[in-house]
Amino acid sequence: MTLLALFEWMQASWLGQTVHTSRWLFPLLESAHLLALSLLGGTLLLVDLRMLGLLLPDQPIATLARGVQAWRTRSLAAMAMTGVPLLFSEAVKCYGIRAFWVKLAALPFALAFLYAVRDPAALDERMVTGSRSRWIAVASIALWFTVAAAGRWIGFSG
Amino acid sequence: MIERWLTELGATTWSVALRDSHYVWPFAESLHVLTLALFAGSAALLDLRLLGAALTRVPVTALTARLLPWTRWAFVVMVATGVLLFCATPLLYYHDLFFRLKMLLVAVAGVNVFVFHARAHRTASAWAREAQLPRSARIAAIVSLVAWGGVIVSGRLIAYNWYACDKAPLPAAVVAFTGCPVADSSRR
Repeated sequence: MTLLALFEWMQASWLGQTVHTSRWLFPLLESAHLLALSLLGGTLLLVDLRMLGLLLPDQPIATLARGVQAWRTRSLAAMAMTGVPLLFSEAVKCYGIRAFWVKLAALPFALAFLYAVRDPAALDERMVTGSRSRWIAVASIALWFTVAAAGRWIGFSG
Repeated sequence: MIERWLTELGATTWSVALRDSHYVWPFAESLHVLTLALFAGSAALLDLRLLGAALTRVPVTALTARLLPWTRWAFVVMVATGVLLFCATPLLYYHDLFFRLKMLLVAVAGVNVFVFHARAHRTASAWAREAQLPRSARIAAIVSLVAWGGVIVSGRLIAYNWYACDKAPLPAAVVAFTGCPVADSSRR
């Protein structure tokens, strides 16, 4: 099976067709995807900007990280639950769009970095702003910016 | 009168250039959307804190003093990019159902911000460290979440042009709300 055939199958599937043929589903999923983006971005930026030493300097990094952790998980889940049907509904179009592949390539790196590097660092009680926290925050922001910007650009392409 | 002014605005060379641009408009739109993470994200976190649902170990006053400045600057970016996008097709947005709904909700959210700071937040030093906050603060948080959420959703729905004036026949209530020229909608 070629990759294109997989994308054709995704779009022809029940999920893809249900969203594709509905007038309201795609816009509503898009809206929910945006609401989740706002919260996900907020929970990520709060901790990253704190690790850069740019906000709430009198609050420990770990306190902030723990304080938004549950909402980060929820908003990530909402991103996935709205993003997958959006992708299925126009999978063949996405297949031909470079921005989509940029997003798809950056996403695993962003997630792996978040769970393997940034979270352990941010949740560490001893973590304070320094060169280590700064480069982790810069990498985190750069990775998620790539995912979000490429995601937005999908809509301008094709 | 507003319509004539917006028609003239839409006919200026820079408005035409903006609307036909391959990159300026998409870049401004991307910045508008990505800034949501900072603007709506930080506002939502304060609201969730007021509801006792996030950051419960952080005093509310720390957030209003050290997080809200970021929210305000992000709002400036939202407005600046929003005005730029508006200028590309001013008349279309002016008569758009979801654009008007969005502006209405921005006004509701704005009044809520004002009321929160004038009322609930005045006594904040007394309850800033509590997890369970006064009713007025919790109501402000819920109004804020609903209003800004509505702003985001209606903002997204503007793009579909479902109720543009040339999509006649429009329901009478829509025509009344969007102020579409009656001659235009009855001609078709």
